[in-house]
Amino acid sequence: MTVSALIFLLLIFAAFSFFMARQKISTAYRQTQQKSKILTLPKYFGYVAALTALLPALVMLFFLQMAEEPYINSEITSYINDSEIEANQDLDLYLNEIKSADTPEKVAALSPEKQVVYQRYHEIETTTNRTISVIVLSLSILLVILGMRKINTETPARRVFEKIIEGILLLAASIAIMTTVGIVFSVLFESTRFFGEVPIMSFMFGTEWSPQTAIRADQVGSSAAFGAVPLFVGTMLISFIALLVSVPLGLMSAIYLSEYAGSKIRAVAKPVLEILAGIPTVVYGFFAALTVAPFIRDLGESIGLSVASESALAAGLVMGIMIIPFVSSLSDDVLSAVPQNLREGSLGLGATRSETIVKVLIPAALPGIVGGVLLAASRAIGETMIVVMAAGLAANLTVNPLEAVTTVTVQIVTLLTGDQEFNSAKTLAAFALGLMLFVTTLILNVIALHVVRKYREQYE
Amino acid sequence: MNNTDLVRKSLKKRYLKERIFKTVGLLSIVSAILFLLILLTDIFTKAMPAFSQTNISLEVTLDPDVIGVGENPSEQDLMAADFRRVIRNSLADQFPGVTKRKEKRELYSLTSMGAEFQLRDMVIADPALLGQTIQVEFMADDDVDAVIKGAIDRNLPESDRRVKDQKLGWIETLEESGQISEQFNWWFFTSGDSREPEMAGIKGAIKGSLFTLLVTLALSFPVAVAAAIYLEEFAPKNRFIDFIEININNLAAVPSIVFGLLGLAVFINFFSLPRSAPLVGGIVLSLMTLPTIIIASRSAIKAVPPSLREAALGLGASKMQTVFHHVLPAALPGILTGTIIGMAQALGETAPLLMIGMVAFIVDIPQGITDPSTVLPIQVYLWADSPERGFLAKTSAAIMVLLFFLIAMNAIAIYLRKKFEKKW
Repeated sequence: MTVSALIFLLLIFAAFSFFMARQKISTAYRQTQQKSKILTLPKYFGYVAALTALLPALVMLFFLQMAEEPYINSEITSYINDSEIEANQDLDLYLNEIKSADTPEKVAALSPEKQVVYQRYHEIETTTNRTISVIVLSLSILLVILGMRKINTETPARRVFEKIIEGILLLAASIAIMTTVGIVFSVLFESTRFFGEVPIMSFMFGTEWSPQTAIRADQVGSSAAFGAVPLFVGTMLISFIALLVSVPLGLMSAIYLSEYAGSKIRAVAKPVLEILAGIPTVVYGFFAALTVAPFIRDLGESIGLSVASESALAAGLVMGIMIIPFVSSLSDDVLSAVPQNLREGSLGLGATRSETIVKVLIPAALPGIVGGVLLAASRAIGETMIVVMAAGLAANLTVNPLEAVTTVTVQIVTLLTGDQEFNSAKTLAAFALGLMLFVTTLILNVIALHVVRKYREQYE
Repeated sequence: MNNTDLVRKSLKKRYLKERIFKTVGLLSIVSAILFLLILLTDIFTKAMPAFSQTNISLEVTLDPDVIGVGENPSEQDLMAADFRRVIRNSLADQFPGVTKRKEKRELYSLTSMGAEFQLRDMVIADPALLGQTIQVEFMADDDVDAVIKGAIDRNLPESDRRVKDQKLGWIETLEESGQISEQFNWWFFTSGDSREPEMAGIKGAIKGSLFTLLVTLALSFPVAVAAAIYLEEFAPKNRFIDFIEININNLAAVPSIVFGLLGLAVFINFFSLPRSAPLVGGIVLSLMTLPTIIIASRSAIKAVPPSLREAALGLGASKMQTVFHHVLPAALPGILTGTIIGMAQALGETAPLLMIGMVAFIVDIPQGITDPSTVLPIQVYLWADSPERGFLAKTSAAIMVLLFFLIAMNAIAIYLRKKFEKKW
């Protein structure tokens, strides 16, 4: 029985349990003499019965499904004779070949030895599947029968039901924690494997990055080098350019919009900023790679500079445009949190508007603005598509914005999008880079959120 | 000189500074608007050629002998039949002077590689065409398309031009005899990806995006609403709840590519779900959009006035009944708006999907959430990387389709907000 069929059966049984329980209690209510003692609507008994039929069975099904694959694998592996294992070095590949034979033609194409194994696999799979179905269904039925016996009109069914629902709500809220834990463990686990092969010091402080391992030992660049410093520098360079564009423009836009602009300008500027924020990054990447980068290169050549066609400047510039709305909306929040009486006091003493802004508002809002800039920096560091499309692949250790540099995110994408063995140092390096990225942005975010919150509290 | 005079003297300078400051502010706004305009015009002008397709009208004789099928062929026979020869014969008839093998190959490349499939599908739809001589509009090759649309300059010297003089001559002959026409490019919206620019369409990517978004919506909406309800209405004040809140705020700022790494390590390698499938893409994107929807839903729930809750509780409803019967319906428009904005974000997301293998070249149009597929933004990325000139317009056109969907979704969100927003 397939999993979906099993779940369908469980749902039908849950619906059946719902009606049974509701029926039982309604009948009991009708027969009871003390109507004042009726506290719970019959449907709540039905809900509890349905949940009893569903929840434990589904949890059980999940765990059995998880255990099924390893169990089947170990069963077959013990069945395959040793000579076969020796002839087929890669056991995973061998098992995959047998499992993927889902049509009679594919089975016929297998070698005779493999066909025997396939038969055995088929048997094991069928029995396992059947066992799982039986266990899950009988658990569901057993629980419902026991529950039906226990319930009577006195049972606080509504309270039980609400407790269960509250538990489910809490579970939903905890998914955020599970996601974080999942991220930390997945990058940490693969990274430790990577650092088992490449010493962490040479990764953090090495200045040569060439992850391509050669097939033959005598080829050029046969030994891969995993020194990530050029990537860090490239990331910093592009992020720095992006911040150089976005912080002044975003901050000044926010100031102008909140302190000077009339309703007409605001009616135009706000949607424009929202659209800029809503454009997918891949569109910015396309724009950077095909319009801005050639433009900058031609411009540079016309004044006699040699500019790489994948210059850091182009990527940084476009990334800066992308972050403008982000900086602007954060600064706007921060500026509007500054109490009105500070403004009025300054204006009342005869300061002009710009003097008020520069000497009173900005110093008062500084922590918030710094927090916003940190968040923007974290966005810039983690931004992927613009740099994948517009920055280079070669790891040059340079701070010249006219040359091509590569970034952490670009390397993660290039290392993981090709077809390769998952266990090679190359793919594991991507996870090590991911770990660095996650840790850096996490630190920036935590500091920024903390600073912004402290700043808010100051004026509340 | 007293202080008043000093102030007066400095006034001119101070006002100048004020004006400069104000102008700088205005300029930064204007530059943001300008950037947007340049970006949109750039993409729009690049995309225009992709919406029309150059066709070459040819007279073909569907001789069963040439095609290589017998009387009353089955569909399978027709699938395997050689329709290319019919088109080649027609071209060779029109330009009898071409005899050299190399020249012939050039001549035959006037029509697209897809022309034979076009003809095949016509015959399969109507087998009575066999044996007749009919006039068919064939898709032109992307080079011909480029010449007609002016993307390849005819006045350039031959050595600098992609299309050589001889081919240009043929194209001009066809033009003079009125055999070349331009039509709206339906093909672009009704077919999957292809290596040939003129045959590439975005239907596969649109469907892939649709499936991915459906999975994302089905997972993230219930979970996010449940989490928001719990945090706003039920959560006690304790460390654990604080930790959940910190996590949600942090996840909102984690780079999207890290979610891709999570998807690769956990869902593909550990749970061995299928690679390149909308299922995994949807799961990853829903984890990514959860914080957005949770934060929006929380503020919508918070905006419901306490009087509503108190009235319900006062009439004897339980806490759970109050929330599900009264608070949630009142907060629903706000929650839906937040969800649509989250979905729009998910629709434009590219990086995490690259990690889980949705970047493959996929011709077939996906039929379900476990079929290998790609999504609109990744289609943009793939085409932007292609060396063929013809893909430049296709990329921009795909971007326009993507932007159209995004604008539509945001417009719905704004409409919902306007229509159902209540001032309590």
